[in-house]
Amino acid sequence: MTWTWFHRLGSPPYVYALAARLTPWFAWPAALLIVGGLWGGLVLAPPDYQQGDGFRIIYVHAPSAWMSLMVYTTMAVAAAVGLIWRIKVAHAVAASCAPIGASFTFAALVTGALWGEPMWGTYWEWDPRLTSELILLFLYLGYMGLRAGLEDTQRSDRASAVLAVVGVVNVPIIHYSVTWWNSLHQAPSVMRLAKPTMAASMLVPLLMMLLGFTLFFGAVLLVRLRGEVLSRERSASWIREIVNA
Amino acid sequence: MTPRRRRMALVLGIVGGVSIAGALALSAFRQNVTFFFDPTQVVTGEVPAGERFRLGGMVTQGSLHRAPGSLEVRFVVTDFSHDVPVSYTGVLPDLFREGAGVVAHGHMRPDGTFVADEVLAKHDEKYMPPAVARSLKRRHGQSRADATAAPTPGAPAPRAPPSSAGT
Repeated sequence: MTWTWFHRLGSPPYVYALAARLTPWFAWPAALLIVGGLWGGLVLAPPDYQQGDGFRIIYVHAPSAWMSLMVYTTMAVAAAVGLIWRIKVAHAVAASCAPIGASFTFAALVTGALWGEPMWGTYWEWDPRLTSELILLFLYLGYMGLRAGLEDTQRSDRASAVLAVVGVVNVPIIHYSVTWWNSLHQAPSVMRLAKPTMAASMLVPLLMMLLGFTLFFGAVLLVRLRGEVLSRERSASWIREIVNA
Repeated sequence: MTPRRRRMALVLGIVGGVSIAGALALSAFRQNVTFFFDPTQVVTGEVPAGERFRLGGMVTQGSLHRAPGSLEVRFVVTDFSHDVPVSYTGVLPDLFREGAGVVAHGHMRPDGTFVADEVLAKHDEKYMPPAVARSLKRRHGQSRADATAAPTPGAPAPRAPPSSAGT
């Protein structure tokens, strides 16, 4: 097996150009899926038998929560690759992930609170699921703070990568918190081994939103990655060539 | 390749070590992580005596009684092996229903009644259109689909139509 493709991914000019080429392939399907998913979820899907129209916040809440975990996993894997193989681009990927993941986590917490008040009767409870998701937000913020606090790029890459890898244990805790412990939050409807516990007319828009959010993350990550690579390589000759061209 | 192998072992070691530490910490603090106790834990005395805690379970069918002219309600919380009577004064959340999940915060009175000062509704992970719920109810004689409907001891009373119990 040849590893040239992997080694090329370690080259900043190659990644910079590749990210630019790939962005529209993520952005356009993401836009279509999110518009279609919102239309399907907010207009076409029937109201829920118990929660009425209130359940429709799931179309933003569940994909945000799912992305908060997926972005963290991506960030931790990129950080580990950066630590082990000493690949600067991998550290750049991890650094680009953090603000996106923090935003999704914040969105999941806020939409969850807005959903919890009318349905459960409370905005916030120190429930295992809610608490572990809040810890995830602090992990993202801690990662970003640690990066910002260290001047030297190499030191901040390595220190923040260790934090990202340490924090990855929280990801399965969040996912299984509703099964391991008594929780106010209900069990997963879609991300489970058995059949989803949701009517198809409601499920299809939700799956569109999940895929749309995932592709949206891909597009934003690529844009942020280009910025990150530019700022890291600002004194490199290949950038001068682009600017002067 | 030795330094790379060493770094790989280091990363795996960090993940493994933190996982073990996390698992030990969470199992040590199991009591504190528990968001609510179920009626069996309450009846068998697992709940620290004299302290405030949360009680969670299902509201027994037909157990909801309102005191006329006040906000006081009484109902029974069950986990299908033990029952705990609950007394509460206040407004119930919209999703509070007989046969549905509930989490109440309060304390035990010496006579075995749980006095709640906060009642939260816990809904399940099922979502379906009202028409599907109605036809399921016709077929099974209940408003909720299947899985969580654990066998109710005694005669399962026909479930009341989902009505807002908030007032």
